[in-house]
Amino acid sequence: MLKGKTAIITGGSRGIGKAIACKLASMGADIAVIYAGNTEAAEKVCRECREAYGRSAKAYQCDVSDFAAVKETVGRIKADFGTAHILVNNAGITRDGLLAMMKEEDYDAVLDTNLKGAFNMIRHCAGLFIRNRGGCIINITSVAGIMGNAGQCNYSASKAGLVGLTKSVARELAPKGIRCNAIAPGFIATDMTDNQADNPLLERIPLGRMGGTGDVAEAAAYLATAAYVTGVVLRVDGGIAM
Amino acid sequence: MYFDAIARIVSERTGCDIADIRPESKFAELGIDSLDTVELLMNLEDEIGIEIELDRKVETINDLDQFIQSRQG
Ligand SMILES: NC(=O)c1ccc[n+]([C@@H]2O[C@H](COP(=O)([O-])OP(=O)(O)OC[C@H]3O[C@@H](n4cnc5c(N)ncnc54)[C@H](OP(=O)(O)O)[C@@H]3O)[C@@H](O)[C@H]2O)c1
Repeated sequence: MLKGKTAIITGGSRGIGKAIACKLASMGADIAVIYAGNTEAAEKVCRECREAYGRSAKAYQCDVSDFAAVKETVGRIKADFGTAHILVNNAGITRDGLLAMMKEEDYDAVLDTNLKGAFNMIRHCAGLFIRNRGGCIINITSVAGIMGNAGQCNYSASKAGLVGLTKSVARELAPKGIRCNAIAPGFIATDMTDNQADNPLLERIPLGRMGGTGDVAEAAAYLATAAYVTGVVLRVDGGIAM
Repeated sequence: MYFDAIARIVSERTGCDIADIRPESKFAELGIDSLDTVELLMNLEDEIGIEIELDRKVETINDLDQFIQSRQG
């Protein structure tokens, strides 16, 4: 279904990004994984894409919050794969804390990675998509960006910002056949939510359980192929933010 | 310097007569919006073998020509 397409997945070394990379590879896409520092994990994902699905896959270490580094990395992906058709902005971090006590650097780090990181990627991939007169961008936001979450003002702000970015990019690039959508996961079991099994919010999930990374990957697979869908925020949250 | 190449691509895209395109012609008047000018530059990359990014608004054919020349050094 995605044969001949190249997909870039930021934060593809672990968790949700890893599941999305493998899912898109299983649909026939070649995969460029961007990661922060975990080379071994990133290489393992690429190996799986090659061995289980017979796709080309390559890992690129790059801090998505660094404008110049992203430009250089997208240039390398272009040299290696020729172009790109799908971009999944999934890299994200948390630095939780009460607003009244939050350090400036914790606010900045989260906004820089989660929001500016997505801008940087879209900014430098836009040329490839415009040239192809088509492309698909998927931004991984969060229900925290829709509902807010005490103790996560920085994270929620970054994720709400991604919703505005998604809709503006969807409008701006639609004339060139480029779609841009967001996925808002709820509680998904990954490293990020490792210590949240006893989070009281879990009881408020209508479906009564945490989600798996595969649930988010299914949504990404849908958006990657949904030719008439742009500017949506698709909740994959067991109903918590309805 | 790149006027001929730009004019040719513009006329191919819009179907307007190449003879009607002048250096001072405005893209907007030719039916080309600012996002289209980004795409135009991509097409020029293939045609004349340059690789540059349009990071400002250009109004006329001559503006784009000058911009490319300035980036060529
Ligand atoms: N888990 C949830 O419940 C949940 C819920 C809602 C939304 N989300 C969102 O889903 C996305 C993935 O979450 P996850 O739980 O899978 O996270 P995770 O397991 O903590 O993995 C984070 C990934 O992002 C990469 N990364 C972090 N900072 C980066 C940077 N500056 N530049 C490049 N890559 C960077 C990491 O690379 P390394 O491996 O090299 O460190 C890793 O691949 C995030 O945007 C998160 O906000 C998660």
